[in-house]
Amino acid sequence: MQSFTVLTGIAAPMAQDNIDTDAITPMAAGRSTSVDLGAMLFNNARYHADGSEKAEFILNIPPFRQSRILVAGENFGCGSSRERAVWSLMAFGISCVIAPSFADIFNDNAFQNGLLPVVLGKAECAALAAWLAQVPDPVVTVDLQRCVVESGFGPPMRFEVSAERRAALLEGLDEIDVLLRMQPDNDIFEAQDRLNHPWIYQPIPA
Amino acid sequence: MNTAQTLVDKIWARHVIRDLSDGRSLLRIDRQLIHDGSSRQAFDGLRRLGIGFRNRDQNLAMVDHIISTLPGRTGESHPPGRERIHALRDNARQFDLAFFDVDSDRQGIVHVVAPELGFALPGTTIVCGDSHTATNGALGALAWGIGTTEVMHVMATQSLLLRKPQRMRISFEGVLQPGVFAKDLVLHFIGRHGVAAGKGFAVEYAGPVVRALGMEARMTICNMSIEFGARMGLMAVDDTTLDYVRGRPWAPTGEMLQQAEADWRGLVSDADAVFDREYHIDCSAIHPQVTWGNTPQDIIGIDQTLPGLPDDPGQREAMQRSLSYMGLAPGQRLEGLLIDTAFIGSCTNSRLSDLQAAAEVVRGRKVAPGVTALVVPGSMAVKAAAEGLGLDRVFTEAGFEWRNAGCSMCVASNGDMVRPGKRSISTTNRNFQDRQGPGSRTHLASPAMVAAAAVSGHITDVRRLPAV
Repeated sequence: MQSFTVLTGIAAPMAQDNIDTDAITPMAAGRSTSVDLGAMLFNNARYHADGSEKAEFILNIPPFRQSRILVAGENFGCGSSRERAVWSLMAFGISCVIAPSFADIFNDNAFQNGLLPVVLGKAECAALAAWLAQVPDPVVTVDLQRCVVESGFGPPMRFEVSAERRAALLEGLDEIDVLLRMQPDNDIFEAQDRLNHPWIYQPIPA
Repeated sequence: MNTAQTLVDKIWARHVIRDLSDGRSLLRIDRQLIHDGSSRQAFDGLRRLGIGFRNRDQNLAMVDHIISTLPGRTGESHPPGRERIHALRDNARQFDLAFFDVDSDRQGIVHVVAPELGFALPGTTIVCGDSHTATNGALGALAWGIGTTEVMHVMATQSLLLRKPQRMRISFEGVLQPGVFAKDLVLHFIGRHGVAAGKGFAVEYAGPVVRALGMEARMTICNMSIEFGARMGLMAVDDTTLDYVRGRPWAPTGEMLQQAEADWRGLVSDADAVFDREYHIDCSAIHPQVTWGNTPQDIIGIDQTLPGLPDDPGQREAMQRSLSYMGLAPGQRLEGLLIDTAFIGSCTNSRLSDLQAAAEVVRGRKVAPGVTALVVPGSMAVKAAAEGLGLDRVFTEAGFEWRNAGCSMCVASNGDMVRPGKRSISTTNRNFQDRQGPGSRTHLASPAMVAAAAVSGHITDVRRLPAV
């Protein structure tokens, strides 16, 4: 996957709570393989039914059209497990979301793809979002090596991320490689479990 | 030292392949459900790695998300879904997977089919690229939703890396009032404790009310776990569970069943087990629930009025946004609100007992003029069972459409949609903006309440319907 070390870029304020994955990537907008996942990000909020842009939507307003970071409210990414929510954000160019909390499945999907979910306090997120909405140059730096968010808004804001997630992101490691290396353990487990719980291993009838 | 274990601890412990130094565990996955909505890139990933399924017989695939539900449907009936349906069909063939295609009499929504077939079993770990996988937890299983990358991990290794969740117990106590169902219990909980109350937790639902519920109603409760942020929701095994599993087409039989049942009986939390968080809900005071806003926590009893605007500016703005989208005002009643669409279906409420509860309300009545009303059974097996009881005629004679199985208007990606600005009352699980189609206005409720609204033309208290 894509590695994440230090990211400096435009950060868009979207301070509502409970931004769900249906809002991030509506189901109807993304059936085909040929669809541009970045273009369909926040499809329903971003476009009118005729496909023209809604001028007031944040990602349609310069400079936020070039956003690399989102600053959101509580429980970002709740709802459906669709990983396309993460793929759409990344295809648009956003590889970091800062929020007071994330839904569990979105959080896991993000780390599997190299999108960094940064948890800051509710008040910090709200204040940062308010600042971004006002300044001419709404730029933020997210540094995963030092685990800080820096901006013209104020002093650096520290965040925490689990050591294994951080290491995987810094090096762009795919988790499947770790899993494949551990399969000898799985072989031993399975051999014993077939004896203990044989009903789990019945072949599917033809 | 207290060595008592919760049900989650017990199922977790028997699936740990090894614990990692970073706090995660490599966990064995017993069952994976694969569907047309979230699997294609996982198959592509497997091909890129040049590997196949580690345990083919522990995976089951079917079409549900994007398949048309119209009578006489084929895989071609909803053109935008064709590409994904073909992809799943081709992938199932290439990897020699068990697969229920559009014309199979076993096809249906994954979380309806897996239990009814006996593929989902007590004490197992079950995953699926779908957030409502906890439905299967009603069997006494640890079941949760994952993303597509993890779907690929399970295809390749039948294992996942994860951190053990915290343990929550919600005890439903008291006596359920007439006209109040499992759906109302879980909606009531979400309304009181909010859409993030379960984040980081595996939730065990317990208490005398749960013990008295049938398996299908239990699945409805577990299904909604993710709507308050909990990936896993489950219930202890009891006689109801064992009676349900026994005789299912793929369930163990004979001596192996006896051995399994002896094991499954132990799948309960120890009496003195300690939970990280506990709630007690008095069900005696719960009325039929209906949502008014765009998250499942925006909910009131049908006898209540909408809340006023909150003082907190952020919450105030959020409520105003929802009210404007839904075409409602603070302090308003939902009783009497005109509806355009009534939908009975989804992995939450599409099983035989759900259709029976709705049919009981519909019998002898007609769908109100101007209302589009649909019943979409959760599986072709549910459909056949309902037809065996004559429920299809109850619905069609009243003016409901009687469809084939699929996710349909819950996720609105198969052509079944609510029109922009139209008001829907629905037995589904999400009332998000645009969920049932761009501009759709969704009110979540139980099958009986949806049926009552369909025949009344407006949202109403099923307990006060005029006699036929």
